Amino acid sequence: MYKILEKEVLSENVVKLILDNPVIAKSRKAGQFVIVKIGEKGERIPLTIADADPKNGTITLIVQKVGVSSHKLCTMNPGDLVTDLVGPLGKATEIEKVGTVIAAGGGVGIAPLYPIAKAFKEAGNRLIVVLAARNKDLIILEKEMRVFADEIVVMTDDGSYGKKGLVTAGMEEVINREKVDLAVTIGPAIMMKFVALLTQKYNIHTIASLNTIMVDGTGMCGACRISVGGQTKFVCVDGPEFDAHKVDFDEMLKRLNAYKQDEEAAYKQYLESLN
Amino acid sequence: MPVDYNELKKDRDAEWREELRKKVSAKDRSSQERIKMPERPPQVRNKDFFEVPEGFSEEQAVVEASRCLDCPTPTCISGCPVNINIPGFIKEIERREFLQAAKVLKRTNALPAVCGRVCPQESQCESKCIYNRMKKRPVAIGALERFSADYERKTGNISIPELAKNNNIKVAIVGSGPAGLTVAGEMAKLGYDVTVFEALHEFGGVLVYGIPEFRLPKEIVRTEINSLERMGVKMVKNFIVGRTSTFEELKNQGYRAFFIASGAGLPTFMKIPGENLINIYSSNEYLTRVNLMKAFRFPEYDTPIVKGKNVAVIGGGNTAMDSVRTAKRLGAERAMIVYRRSESEMPARIEEIHHAKEEGIEFLNLNNPLEYIGDANGRVKQMKVQKMGLGEPDESGRRRPQPIPGSEYLIDVDTVVVGIGTSPNPLIPAALPQLEVTKWKTVVVNEKTMQTSIPEMFAGGDIVRGGATVILAMGDGKIAAENMHLFIQENK
Ligand code: FES
Repeated sequence: MYKILEKEVLSENVVKLILDNPVIAKSRKAGQFVIVKIGEKGERIPLTIADADPKNGTITLIVQKVGVSSHKLCTMNPGDLVTDLVGPLGKATEIEKVGTVIAAGGGVGIAPLYPIAKAFKEAGNRLIVVLAARNKDLIILEKEMRVFADEIVVMTDDGSYGKKGLVTAGMEEVINREKVDLAVTIGPAIMMKFVALLTQKYNIHTIASLNTIMVDGTGMCGACRISVGGQTKFVCVDGPEFDAHKVDFDEMLKRLNAYKQDEEAAYKQYLESLN
Repeated sequence: MPVDYNELKKDRDAEWREELRKKVSAKDRSSQERIKMPERPPQVRNKDFFEVPEGFSEEQAVVEASRCLDCPTPTCISGCPVNINIPGFIKEIERREFLQAAKVLKRTNALPAVCGRVCPQESQCESKCIYNRMKKRPVAIGALERFSADYERKTGNISIPELAKNNNIKVAIVGSGPAGLTVAGEMAKLGYDVTVFEALHEFGGVLVYGIPEFRLPKEIVRTEINSLERMGVKMVKNFIVGRTSTFEELKNQGYRAFFIASGAGLPTFMKIPGENLINIYSSNEYLTRVNLMKAFRFPEYDTPIVKGKNVAVIGGGNTAMDSVRTAKRLGAERAMIVYRRSESEMPARIEEIHHAKEEGIEFLNLNNPLEYIGDANGRVKQMKVQKMGLGEPDESGRRRPQPIPGSEYLIDVDTVVVGIGTSPNPLIPAALPQLEVTKWKTVVVNEKTMQTSIPEMFAGGDIVRGGATVILAMGDGKIAAENMHLFIQENK
């Protein structure tokens, strides 16, 4: 059992949790994730480690309510215990000094982007962060990113904050203005698909961190498989980061919907049971 | 492992054994027919996940035990990878000392209730029974093993083996499957301070995620693990050695030797078009969702699974049989095995093939998948298969399947489970670059000692063999434990 020490509500559907786990806090690297399970009947859900504090032995997770399991986690409070927590899983991001890096995050994808962006900055890169969400309330971690980013561009679909438009518009402006050596993107699969199309046009190497359906997270089941450059890869052990220009996002988008109907029905039922 | 017949002779020379032998003539013993274990009716059991065979009653067990001739040189033992004293426990059953029978089993086998259920006895101990040479059916050794272990469990009077004095030397076992649990038990007996690390949230490895409840109830695995804990073994879950902590860190914490039994990893796919369509699973995923995550009880449990109406399972091994029988239990109208060779080449146990047939599984043998076809949402809706013929024997000694040109046809399917094998888990080799591996990524060991290229690390089970049975993994564990012990004593 792993204790929740702190909780902060970042937006209506997004919370930040700080959990006690000294071993993972020490061993994790930027880009890696954990698997969390709540209760005996819970499912195993992958969550990127947004931050860690090895001194205090804590890790930070940022969770969005999307279904039964994530809802349960989001409604837990300091002092509550998470049944299972295992990691760190996946390969760490390869952080190098390349010059100028654009880190483009959408929605709750901003959370896993945070440690990677920070690491690129620490490696001596010029770092431009582009944050995008549907509206102002869903832009998270802006304050935290400002601490180290050289520049932050905020985009919202409805123009309620920053500039109105998609993440790609914000990125393109930067690309037209200065030389960009690397793009890193995390967000909904559809967003990453369009980021990849954009950077391909400008020939900018791009890394996408993928969040597929997973079961074990240790390379045993293949639930997380995707096609990269025509080859099947397992996101949990070969990734989660891949060359965005080679990922078959259309296939990934379909695979993400594998249980959508069942899960939506179960979530509805669950929410009703709460009332 | 070589059998120590002198050791066995001592047991056999016991007075009671001699008397028992004399009580019934060999002729009477051998004229008794082998007793068949009762099973639940196929049309009932194929709708639930409860166990298929019901086990012997006490009377049945005693009668079957009386068939054993208590041979002076019991050949059956040479067929057992862990050298169980087979006549030794069977004769205890015959004289109704059922708890004693379980004790004899546990001297050499830490998991008798498991082995009694999932071992391929027909190709191991039972194939070496003297009765085979007499053209009679062998003694039902597996069923008797199961009986003894179940009897003991039901009494709640579960014995644990005698332990040597604690020597306070720490050893780490990586993985809690059959190989890992065996080493844990053996090392605990020798007095070591044993910790088992498991990556998943439950202990048992393939015994809990892979083998279905209807073949191996999870309660049995839990009981066995409980016994290990009573022997002082520490069980740590949600811990990936090499990740959560490195080997180096564990060494610094005082672990002197390691046994790597991280099992099978990466499921093999056929690399044919359409294989990443939705509703195409690996056997590992399909079985894990059902067995470990209880997806058949979704939404009570949070993990979902597709309950297909037309399910094709690719492959002919035990895992394929487990998958197809699971599909039937999830409500499939057509649950099919699609296998490129013929039934006689199937690696699955005959008993499982037989059970599957009784339960209404269709066998499309000599059929090979070529391609999967999806609907607009990316869900599989059809598969293209090709009929096969059998040619000359290949390296495996089995006749090589050959495609029959022009025989392709389509089958409607809404779910496919690919059960053609796995390759070893990549996490450990990735964490230990110095560890020598083969080109198939299995860990290289000295077969006599199970020692790897890193002296303090031993390995066994699927990570070494690629794909093995539970009992072979346990056999590896026995050899490894013996040699780990030697290694530690020599390097004190
Ligand atoms: S989640 Fe099972 S292999 Fe990746």
